Amino acid sequence: MKILVPVKRVVDYNVKIRVKPDGSGVDLANVKMSMNPFDEIAVEEALRIKEAGKATEVVVVSIGPAQAQETLRTGLAMGADRGILVQVDGTVEPLAVAKILKAIALEEQPGLIILGKQAIDDDCNQTGQMLAALLGWGQGTFASKVVPAEGTVDVTREIDGGLQTVQLKLPAVVTTDLRLNEPRYASLPNIMKAKKKPLETKSAADYGVDTAPRLTVVKTAEPAGRQAGIKVGSAAELVAKLRQEAGVL
Amino acid sequence: MTTLLLAEHDNASLKDATNRALTAALALGGDVHVLVAGSGCGPAAEAAAKLSGVAKVLVADADGYAHQLAEPVADLIASLAGGYDAIVAPATSAAKNTLPRVAALLDVMQVSDITAVVAPDTFERPIYAGNAIQTVKATDAKKVITVRTSTFAATGEGGSAPVETVAAVADPALSSFVGEAISENDRPELTSAKIIVSGGRALGSAEKFQQVVLPLADRLGAAVGASRAAVDAGYAPNDWQVGQTGKVVAPELYIALGISGAIQHLAGMKDSKIIVAVNKDDEAPIFQVADYGLVGDIFELVPQIVKELG
Repeated sequence: MKILVPVKRVVDYNVKIRVKPDGSGVDLANVKMSMNPFDEIAVEEALRIKEAGKATEVVVVSIGPAQAQETLRTGLAMGADRGILVQVDGTVEPLAVAKILKAIALEEQPGLIILGKQAIDDDCNQTGQMLAALLGWGQGTFASKVVPAEGTVDVTREIDGGLQTVQLKLPAVVTTDLRLNEPRYASLPNIMKAKKKPLETKSAADYGVDTAPRLTVVKTAEPAGRQAGIKVGSAAELVAKLRQEAGVL
Repeated sequence: MTTLLLAEHDNASLKDATNRALTAALALGGDVHVLVAGSGCGPAAEAAAKLSGVAKVLVADADGYAHQLAEPVADLIASLAGGYDAIVAPATSAAKNTLPRVAALLDVMQVSDITAVVAPDTFERPIYAGNAIQTVKATDAKKVITVRTSTFAATGEGGSAPVETVAAVADPALSSFVGEAISENDRPELTSAKIIVSGGRALGSAEKFQQVVLPLADRLGAAVGASRAAVDAGYAPNDWQVGQTGKVVAPELYIALGISGAIQHLAGMKDSKIIVAVNKDDEAPIFQVADYGLVGDIFELVPQIVKELG
């Protein structure tokens, strides 16, 4: 079985982003970029399934600017076998990403597609579900455990209030939640080796997908700020303030 | 225009998230029909019919909808979508699973997690863990929207809408329910609680988390939350997680115990009305958003707070 892992290049999760003063967007100049953390978990899970002898090849794919190559190389350095870059400049919305991924899936015929539940830039949480819909496959979202078997996969999902386990027919789409695994760090020798792994570059037109956004961004603003309050000196003072001043008790 | 609202329920009752998403659905300006898809979900449908402003309730009652699996529910909604201009759902884990699937079936780009309705086609939504608010205009003819429930007030009762049965659609048989482990407790749900007491990594162990956080929560009748660090360390279950990758909450009172205030945690609670932070590090970022800060050892201070509450 082949596993396809879509990965996204996003602003590193440690970066405190700034909104451009003119409201046109978020300032991304000279900001550290990394692989979306949930996608790193997806790469790790695919590698573990391969290492357990249940998959034969792990293919990473990214849709984004030329620099998304670095994101793919990160995946290759972790242990993926080859990469596909679909080069698109500008915003590509989840629906267009899902359409491109569908076309790639039809070409590559993976048994499983594993990707992050959401990207930490647009926080959409859509791509995996949309991809599953377009392919007519089952979906196991927000996975905290993935157990592939013959022709099926059991996915334990993080839901409101606890966990739910579903069985999906393969091929299927799985999206990762935080507790699924802890991704490995790529070793230096593996980073060097990754430079020689095959990486193919394509365009959205190669897959016949129109990536024009369906959502028009009217403006981007700073959220309403919150002022720091006061420090109280004791538990007694705190409780008194909450009772008398805040009126929340 | 007419809007279809997907209800969040457990068959026996309607969840508060539905009332909140209804407020957003009504703000679109058209008639609102509520879809209750479940198994033995008559009581939930009756409750939906009583909500103020609901024009009609549609009930799809079938075994296949018992566990809200995304594939059959999405097919059901897509089959009904022809009659609607907008499809709305609260951003609960069930709807976050289902609605993007509906959107793709309809070839619509979904607008996720809206925090305000600016116009029937224009919405505000947070990006980058709430560090920026984007206003977007949806150009698709049909809108598919999930609603961040913490930012909309709940619509109350006062209606008596007709309840209509809709036929179930064929189960695509792509997935099946194996089992679930739902944590049982008597506490209010995180997303609808008036008071939340949350613990962070400073608790140091699952035992200490239980010993320190729970008595205060019990005293206040509060829901219990946790930071991602506390969840990652195994001190608290993941469904208690508050933050960008967990639940987004906005209670009347949020008490953060031993939580430093990472961006991703603040994203989940900074809209709370009153924030209290107890932390031994007086430079912790949580104090920049807290209305009342108490610097010191949580293991000493929290029992004192419980005592003061009497």
